[in-house]
Amino acid sequence: MLSQFLQFVFSGVTVGATYALAALGFSIIYNASGVINFAQGEFIMLGGMSAAFLVTAGVPLPLAILVGVLIVGLIGLLVERLAVAPARNAEVVSIIIITIGVSMILRGLVEVTLGKGNHALPHFSGDRPISLGGATILPQSIWVLAVSAVVVAFLAWFFGATRVGKGMLATAYNRLAAQLVGVDTRKVLMLSFIMSAMLGALGGILIAPIATTSYDAGIMLGLKGFVAATLGGLGSGFGSVFGGLALGLFEALTAGYVSSAYKDAVPFILVLIILVVRPQGLFGPKQTDRV
Amino acid sequence: MKSILKKTALAASVLAVAATGAFAQNIKVGAVLSVTGPAAFLGDPEQKTLQMLVDQANAAGGLLGKKLELVSYDDGSEAAKANGFTKRLIEDDKVDVIIGGTTTGATMGMYPMIEKAETPFMSLGGGVVIVEPAKKWMFKVAHNDRMAAEKVFLDMQKRGLKGLALISETSGFGQSGRKETLATAAKYNVEIVSDETYGAKDTDVTAQLTKIKGNDKAQALLVFGLGQGPAIVTKNIAQLGIKLPIYQSHGVASEEFIKLAGDAAEGVRLPAAAILAPEQLKDGDPQKKVVVDYVTAYKAATKSEVSTFGGHARDAFAIWVDAVKRAGSPDKAKVRDEIEKTKGFVGTGGVVNMTAADHLGLDISAFKMFEIRKGKWALLD
Repeated sequence: MLSQFLQFVFSGVTVGATYALAALGFSIIYNASGVINFAQGEFIMLGGMSAAFLVTAGVPLPLAILVGVLIVGLIGLLVERLAVAPARNAEVVSIIIITIGVSMILRGLVEVTLGKGNHALPHFSGDRPISLGGATILPQSIWVLAVSAVVVAFLAWFFGATRVGKGMLATAYNRLAAQLVGVDTRKVLMLSFIMSAMLGALGGILIAPIATTSYDAGIMLGLKGFVAATLGGLGSGFGSVFGGLALGLFEALTAGYVSSAYKDAVPFILVLIILVVRPQGLFGPKQTDRV
Repeated sequence: MKSILKKTALAASVLAVAATGAFAQNIKVGAVLSVTGPAAFLGDPEQKTLQMLVDQANAAGGLLGKKLELVSYDDGSEAAKANGFTKRLIEDDKVDVIIGGTTTGATMGMYPMIEKAETPFMSLGGGVVIVEPAKKWMFKVAHNDRMAAEKVFLDMQKRGLKGLALISETSGFGQSGRKETLATAAKYNVEIVSDETYGAKDTDVTAQLTKIKGNDKAQALLVFGLGQGPAIVTKNIAQLGIKLPIYQSHGVASEEFIKLAGDAAEGVRLPAAAILAPEQLKDGDPQKKVVVDYVTAYKAATKSEVSTFGGHARDAFAIWVDAVKRAGSPDKAKVRDEIEKTKGFVGTGGVVNMTAADHLGLDISAFKMFEIRKGKWALLD
């Protein structure tokens, strides 16, 4: 019984960690611009696909990972420069719609250039499952969890202790005030896209050995990441991580103890409840309009 | 001024004659396929196969001395779009036959319009609903999912296994397969002891599999799904160390499955058409020549691996061509009647014997049982 429970938990936190990385990507851009970037799922897909492509072409895995993340960071920059920045003065809703368009273009480009097939990356350190208390966990899952933890720690340091990170946070709180004290908010937006893209790519690469990847893998991961971000509170780093892990655990436990048929309904029911009861999410800053 | 008008009128009439002349010359094959989108791995080889066959036929002098013309539309794996393109094929392109409906959903959406237009329709979808009950203008070449389930049950009987744990995909294909599996199990004395599902895009299925692992009555495990999902299920099975015999459906009958699932695919059995391993067919097998010819031609023309799905397009096209030859004209009503009379047609999917009540004409012998050994398909029967 306990080993079963443990298995569900392992399954939940592995999937949850990837949701958390996706959710963090949503939050960073949301903080910088108030925009929900629906191309976040595509960044995840692009990471997995470009690394898989490089590995197939004979590039050693560590290098492929590094180059993959950098390529997607560059794509994030291009997306911001070519699609989002020109519409800077448009309403937030318009920019959100632009990001949906961007996601379709990216998906289409990958479909045409890299093909429609599924690809898998090799496991980083073997695929022999580790037995723990009667349950098993793949070494890759530990990679996913460990790297996610490092990324979260890095982000906490970045936003809490560096000048650039503080500038980004300041922009999130009040763009005009941040501009007045000398923060270049345009750079902040650019940086947020690059960071989100690289974060997504890293998540996509980490999960690719377990989940495989294809040109349309980003849709579901992006959607779940968005749900996780909403659950935890858009813009809250801690909320994103919590939301992702909670979502993964909920899904696994529902599949295990209730019925796998309801598994995919859980996140959407959760988000409905959260939006009604606590619209700002579990850990989101309370939004108040000053008259 | 007058002469110019006259000349124009003359030119126009000449053009019109030429146009109708060209129209009478060509036999038009219409197709609506899911060349992009989630069902692209089905539609893409289908499209390539049809193009290759039409080119081949034209190079060999066409059909009944007339040139063949392929008009193909991509529905992007959206059944609603398939409908619009069908309208275009019927009203604008005025095609003589329609091949397609890559998926069961698209097929069923297309059919009402095709029935009204009284055009022969060769569906490539897999669902039983396409031919049960038989519909006048619609024919099917892909194996029924029920046959796949039955083939698995027969193999279980041979191995003396009774308790089957089922895990099916929430896609149309998986759920149709689940329904057929549950409905026919009793007939073969197989008990479904566990009935789990997973989503086509799920990245982890260990929770469902853990439940199956804890079920003492499960003696075998059947995965019913398409594409990448079953590969992830197979990997998860290996991760959990489940030692049950694993069956997959014909939905994973392509090299990609072995590539994705890797070592975890070892020992997995699945029912599929002979096209998976043509070289393993016995020399006397009537299918051998057909399958080897198609595989060789497809590889040469497209530089890519064959799948059973391209084979379905090949069979659909060949059945129709045979019917046109027997009818002596592409006349839709005559050709329809001839398709229904197809007997002893040897295709990549099996031997087809159609009747008025059976618009598929394949029996369970069309499926062969394969086992994956050392990353290759091994024919078991």
